[in-house]
Amino acid sequence: MKKTDTIIIGAGPVGLFAVHQLGIKGLKSIVIDNLDKAGGQCIELYPDKPIYDIPAVPECTGEELTKKLLEQIKPFNTEFFLNERVEEVKQDKENWIVKTNNKNEFSAPNIIIAGGVGSFEPRRLSVKEAEKFEGKSLFYSVRDKEQLKSKKISIFGGGDSALDWALELSKFSKINLIHRREEFRGAPHTLSEIKKLEKEEKISIKTPCQLASIEGDKNIRSITVKFDDGKTEKIDTDIILSFFGLIMKLGPIAEWGLNMNKKTIEVNSENFQTNKKGIFAVGDICSYPGKLKLILSGFHEVALASVECFKRARPNEKYRFEFTTSSKNIQERLGKK
Amino acid sequence: MPKIIYNDNYGNSKTIEVENGLSVMEGAIQNDIPGIDADCGGSMACATCHVYVEEKWLNKIPKAEEAEVDMIDMAYEPKKNSRLSCQLIVTNELDGLVVTTPAKQT
Repeated sequence: MKKTDTIIIGAGPVGLFAVHQLGIKGLKSIVIDNLDKAGGQCIELYPDKPIYDIPAVPECTGEELTKKLLEQIKPFNTEFFLNERVEEVKQDKENWIVKTNNKNEFSAPNIIIAGGVGSFEPRRLSVKEAEKFEGKSLFYSVRDKEQLKSKKISIFGGGDSALDWALELSKFSKINLIHRREEFRGAPHTLSEIKKLEKEEKISIKTPCQLASIEGDKNIRSITVKFDDGKTEKIDTDIILSFFGLIMKLGPIAEWGLNMNKKTIEVNSENFQTNKKGIFAVGDICSYPGKLKLILSGFHEVALASVECFKRARPNEKYRFEFTTSSKNIQERLGKK
Repeated sequence: MPKIIYNDNYGNSKTIEVENGLSVMEGAIQNDIPGIDADCGGSMACATCHVYVEEKWLNKIPKAEEAEVDMIDMAYEPKKNSRLSCQLIVTNELDGLVVTTPAKQT
């Protein structure tokens, strides 16, 4: 079991800035996130879209903001546990024990939940028989290209992931590319490649249509798609790949005994503590009168929460407010002196 | 105030007065209309406020921009009359607008 001062759940912009606010107060933290990289919604939903309301930053993208925040917290050498989801939180006297789905265990007096709207999961196909093929012959991401060789593959989706994998896998497999509209959304070069491969009959494009059913017992035998005009077609298929993006699921957070308001956690706006002492919620996931779901609000929230974290982690020390411009302590922690 | 009619997939219907300038999504969230999640808060990033707009209203509402159409691709069972309710801004002209929520959002 790893011991630290604060366990941060969520590596979005607010979780990252929590590392900073704790770090300048001399507190250690670790960060856990279900995604494979830091950045949260900024990196997953709008890496290329501009953000205009970060104070003193007239314009930056989600990806740029994430990069800058990671640079800002570099001096604290914080350990990240990515691709991991917190499953269980339980009390151990003054401390909290956190267990992840990767069997990691942490203990700390403080937990900061900076979980956004929950953890990201792939959007699953809606037909009910999809579940029994999942992970065997139906996939929402490609882990191992080798097992997709010389197969009949039906790819669903109209965005970059669907198009890129159609191109890549067409080198050694027969591809059906299925989308609900005529138009695909991808780089012009990718689109022209797809058209070329369609002419060469390496990729067969089915539009505008959607999945109606999957046939098969242990393995997928075929799929049936329904076109907008009502016609249906059965397509021989070994493998389904589905790329409909990610959704956010609150997951186990709802079971930790915190006071909830719909999908958000109730906090006081003095230190952003929940109804459980030592568990804080900040950013999009917290609610209090007047709450705005803005990144800048989250930054303010972690600054205040980190003060209470200090008091709990260092009960025998007096908290002293300091400015980064003039505090030798802080500058040392930032590696500036 | 314009009235917006929210139907669900099971035949229930609720008529809500929604202030001009609010989105059809906000009208739903503020009045606890089930079936609209709006996880991203209205930034066209999640498709969980997806609704079907009654056919006769389709040409009375502004056309969906590209980013909205892309996002609707991700929605649960999209149809020709699918829209994201966060992008439908209530005006007097939309008094009586009928939207139906899908069986589920994800």
